[in-house]
Amino acid sequence: MKPNQFEKSGSTELASPIVGGEIVAQDVSKSYEVDGEQRLVIHGCSLTVERGKLTVMIGPSGCGKSTLIRLLAGFEKPSSGAVLVNGKEVRRPNGDCLVVFQETALFDWMTTRDNVFFGPRVRGTFDKAMLNKANALLAYVGLEQFQGKYPTQLSGGMQRRAELARAMINNPDVMVLDEPFRGLDAMTKKLMQEYYARIFAETRRTTLFITTDIDEAIFLADRILIMTNMPMRVRASINVTLPRPRRLIDVFDSDAGNAIKMQALTILHEEAMKSFSQGSAAATDFMNAYSMRVDRTQSAGNR
Amino acid sequence: MTIAKSRTLIPQKTRRAITAIVVSVILWEIGSRSLSWLGVAIPGISAVPPPSAVANAFLGVVVEKSYWYSWYLSTLRVLGGFLVAMLLGIPLGIMLAINRTFNGIVFPVFEVLRPIPPLAWVPLAIIFWPTQGLSIGFVTFLGAFFTIVINVLDGARSIDGRFYSAAQSMGASRWQVFRRVILPATIPSITVGAVVGMGITWEVVVAAEMISGSGSSMGRAGGGLGFFIWSSYLGGSYEQIIVGMISIGVAGYLCSSAVRMLSEASTPWLKRR
Repeated sequence: MKPNQFEKSGSTELASPIVGGEIVAQDVSKSYEVDGEQRLVIHGCSLTVERGKLTVMIGPSGCGKSTLIRLLAGFEKPSSGAVLVNGKEVRRPNGDCLVVFQETALFDWMTTRDNVFFGPRVRGTFDKAMLNKANALLAYVGLEQFQGKYPTQLSGGMQRRAELARAMINNPDVMVLDEPFRGLDAMTKKLMQEYYARIFAETRRTTLFITTDIDEAIFLADRILIMTNMPMRVRASINVTLPRPRRLIDVFDSDAGNAIKMQALTILHEEAMKSFSQGSAAATDFMNAYSMRVDRTQSAGNR
Repeated sequence: MTIAKSRTLIPQKTRRAITAIVVSVILWEIGSRSLSWLGVAIPGISAVPPPSAVANAFLGVVVEKSYWYSWYLSTLRVLGGFLVAMLLGIPLGIMLAINRTFNGIVFPVFEVLRPIPPLAWVPLAIIFWPTQGLSIGFVTFLGAFFTIVINVLDGARSIDGRFYSAAQSMGASRWQVFRRVILPATIPSITVGAVVGMGITWEVVVAAEMISGSGSSMGRAGGGLGFFIWSSYLGGSYEQIIVGMISIGVAGYLCSSAVRMLSEASTPWLKRR
């Protein structure tokens, strides 16, 4: 798990920076027919996930983020507009843009090792070099000792790391992580965030990271995209210029970090009020996020 | 703890099982002989031959080749019907789950045939198949077939969509998705269908042999275990009826255990920690 592990294992390929791709969504809309009515989930959404940057998308649960991911990865087609990865329109799932799903999508019936081998195996590119790479990756995510275990025998944190390894072996241009640390206990979540931040810093692979957690967003992001409630589009974009490597403590002890948080929460609060007045259940999410700001301001004032 | 445990020769679970069986047999013996021993006939059980007499009858048939030939015949019919049901049922269940057109055409027919009890097929099976063995095998097959198909269908249909998405995005072709996702993800349901199906085949084979069976060249005792019971009844040998019944119990248990063992071996990821 040490950053210099690759040099030891003789493979520098994994830790060396990767020239990532770029995702562009142009005026994307998506609607579904629900009970005979057209329901607009995404409306006129344009965004760019910049090359080599970690873009974090934040919005209330149920606002359409997961739908957008399905469009970006090519599982579904937009009703209008276009999704481009590296300038090419995405029509079907391909190796260029890999999604790590919410909860876990590790194959229960395969050992950790076979899960990591899956991509190269199904594409018929599994050879000696790939085997070495897989072993290096397993060591990198600290699962060398657990490669013979099945996913259900791993802890939550290990499962997420296995999943990261399974995605990374395919060397995708872009990785999309859909709330990857949701459901982990608070301690593991913090460890995974720091751990993931280091992986990103070492590879700088273009990444779109989806979350509902503002602290996680600020800690990880180069840029934060705040999404509106359904029908979803980008409400605001905030650049996070905090220096890397970051530490969780530093981020929220720094004025810059807190300024960004205030800015983000103000926008989130506006969205909350809007969806609240529309009677949306998702408003609760916003309100919860907003109450965190209130608590912090109050406790700061008391000190 | 572990030291104390390893000192006892027989595990607690086995000791309990043996105790339960022994006590049941003693109660049965008392019940059967209640009229002469207690002076009161316990209704029902006092008409049943006592276990000592059954054991005696067992010693009588155990040396006969025809009795073992009945074992062989019934087991053959069960395994034959069961294996064919697996071979046809698994692909059919998966096809029904993944192909909407195929499902639309085949499923209605399947659902009309499914509620028909296997034994209702016996007359038709006798007309349809050239030999008695094939007729009984066919009815046995039906017993397992519908259960297996329904289990496989449900299992393949309930595969989490994320697995497909993940496999596709890592570049898996349709065939690869089938081979590495659908098939293994369905194995747990296949094994459930197999265990239940194996139980049903024993029920069916015995009934089918009673209805349509006849003795073999080995004589009346050699027509399968179901026919063995029936001919014992007709011949008035009540002890032998019980011998036949217990034989089926043991045979069914052995087959189910074998299927369960194979199931566990083929789903190592479901191993209890």
